[in-house]
Amino acid sequence: MKHKTFFWFMLPTCVAMVLFIAIPIVSIFIQSLFIEHQKPSIEIEICDPFGCKKEIGVDVEAYAALNKEKPLGRFNGFKTYIDRNHLAFEELNEGWRNSKTVSEFSSIFFNLPFYKALIFTLTYTLFVTPSVICLGFIIALCINALSQKIKGPIIFVTILPMIVTPLMGSLVLFWMIDAEGIIGSTIQDLFNDPYLSLKASTKLTWITLITYGIWHHSPFAFIVFYSALQTVPQDPIEAAIIDGADRWQRIRHVVIPHLYPVAVFIALISMMDNIRVFEPILGFSAEASAQSFSWLIYNDLRNIEVMNFGSAASTSILTIIMVGILLTPVLVKTWREFGESR
Amino acid sequence: MKIFSKITLTSILMFILGHTTYAACGITSGSINILANDFPALRTYTDTAKACAGSGADFKVNHTSEHNNLAMAALSANPAEYSARIGANSSIVPLMNEGLIRPMDDLVAKYGKDLQKSQLITIDGKVMAVAFMANTQHLYYREDILNELGIPVPKTYEEVLAAAGKMRSSGKLLNPYAAAYKAGWNLAEEFVNMYLGYGGEFFKSGSAEPNINNRKGVKTLRMLKKLAGYSNPDFLTHDSEAIKVEWEAGKVGIMTLWASRSGTLLDDEGDPAITAATKLAAPATVGGGSIPAATLWWDGFMLAKNRSDKDAKASFQALVHAATSKTMANDASDQAVWLVEGFKPGPKSLGVLAAAKMGANPYPMLPHMSLMHGALGSEIVDFLKGKESAQQALADTEAAYRGKAKEKGFL
Repeated sequence: MKHKTFFWFMLPTCVAMVLFIAIPIVSIFIQSLFIEHQKPSIEIEICDPFGCKKEIGVDVEAYAALNKEKPLGRFNGFKTYIDRNHLAFEELNEGWRNSKTVSEFSSIFFNLPFYKALIFTLTYTLFVTPSVICLGFIIALCINALSQKIKGPIIFVTILPMIVTPLMGSLVLFWMIDAEGIIGSTIQDLFNDPYLSLKASTKLTWITLITYGIWHHSPFAFIVFYSALQTVPQDPIEAAIIDGADRWQRIRHVVIPHLYPVAVFIALISMMDNIRVFEPILGFSAEASAQSFSWLIYNDLRNIEVMNFGSAASTSILTIIMVGILLTPVLVKTWREFGESR
Repeated sequence: MKIFSKITLTSILMFILGHTTYAACGITSGSINILANDFPALRTYTDTAKACAGSGADFKVNHTSEHNNLAMAALSANPAEYSARIGANSSIVPLMNEGLIRPMDDLVAKYGKDLQKSQLITIDGKVMAVAFMANTQHLYYREDILNELGIPVPKTYEEVLAAAGKMRSSGKLLNPYAAAYKAGWNLAEEFVNMYLGYGGEFFKSGSAEPNINNRKGVKTLRMLKKLAGYSNPDFLTHDSEAIKVEWEAGKVGIMTLWASRSGTLLDDEGDPAITAATKLAAPATVGGGSIPAATLWWDGFMLAKNRSDKDAKASFQALVHAATSKTMANDASDQAVWLVEGFKPGPKSLGVLAAAKMGANPYPMLPHMSLMHGALGSEIVDFLKGKESAQQALADTEAAYRGKAKEKGFL
């Protein structure tokens, strides 16, 4: 392709990417470097149906003047990134010095909101992504072997979990696993423990969320694998049959190598999705046991009416960095293979 | 069904009246768009306002339990998405600090002659909101179970614990106590109530420095945990609606719940035996204190600043009509404690009136209180789950609050 043609071909995509991806990221990065002006406080008298009271309040006019002068607020550099609600360097440092054993330090470590979210997000991603790839592959193989007549309806049923809105799907399951719900009470009966609750224990909540994640994401992997299966060349398969390869050997030595690039693609997309896990935490009301990066951002934006934009922006940038770190190995590998094939 | 038919009846009546009182409301132009929380009393209130607006103005209302999180962004826009916001103690200060609500002294002077003075929420002498109902959290109990087990109506949380213990050991109820302990806003609200009951102060006087990591804070957390021990094991996921359902299923003998929910508990829906045995009591005290472990709330409306004067005027007229409507206050007397003149408190107002009489604290109207509330909602969870000590949970809350408050310029 000529350079000029290529330029015009790519221009709309590039413009959209700059407008909707690059500019917002730059904007939240700038936001994360600033904090609000010191609020000038004055004493105000508040009267309500229950009586009058003197309270400290904010001098609204003085504050508005400050904001007009410098709308972004005070420059804070990277201090928001390293405060206790984010990377917490100071707390970690102090914890390291004061703790005598590793377990003591790890309890300090996992008590910090950012690392609490980190460990859940990583666990979720590391369990869900491989499971989704394996399950999706197995389902695709099974359905590919079905007769043409029933394929359509079965494919439809298989992709239902993906069609259901995440929030709806998780809410339905949430009610079912309630101590009074059908799954919850059955489990209580099975284990003969009336106090057993899927929602109360951290471990069980994590397992529930991960199971939900696999249930919800597998159809995506399935659909991509299924379409890729249609492109598997028949010649090598026939050759393998003549050589006496059984079904497993054909899959292992012909199908899987052919589908490898597709699996890498699914791994990338699925990892990016899983790092941003959010809806199931809300749907399952699991904030007490499981917090993810996206949940931290959400939580910063809801202290009744007050929103901590700077803090939310810092967490967003840290999430982007995290996604980058996790994807690097896969990307580097793909890049190298791309180079070799040239 | 009774409530529902009452609401429909009221709205039909209002609709008919609306046309006749059209001249009385005198709204001829402007558009009214209201953001409000979602519970029965507020629906009645906005229906009354809607009837007043009649066909003179464009009328829209958004009832959502997410109102708190929408308000700031919606009112910051210019023109604002909503012309009026129905909010409570907790919501007025943050909005005012950002300069998003307008003083309404002139409108009160012109159209608000029927308002009682106590309805006006003034800040430094300027009317910033008009209140129309009061709310609090108080005890509900099952009279039949208490009588059967010979338990007197509890007045303190210590007695609640004893009563819950008896109910459990008698085998009648597995999880006899319920309160909205859902991690986040609800749980933090329970802490606020209990901490004030122990006589705690959230901040060092005259500053925004947190002050909860003390003996009272520890006692508060321990009491919450003891109560949670008698609750459904899923308590950290239960909000007011969830515990209402548990109550109506007959699984709970004592609970702490909002006064504004009493209407839905005592309506004709559900098991009549449970409804008949559901009784209201004053909010409990704790730790030998005389002030109840509860906060008093008012619900009222505020007007958006970034909206035309015409819309503000129309909204004010419609909402003030409802805030002074004796018909509404009498017809819906079981839905709320209306602050409207001429309201005769019925048996369902018992909780709020008792709380006010016992000297309950209003929810603190401090600009940084919402940050504390937010920090409490996520940081005390680990203690309730038994994963850390009370001191650690309180220290974590203070640290999380400090981070947020520094960023917002309070510290």
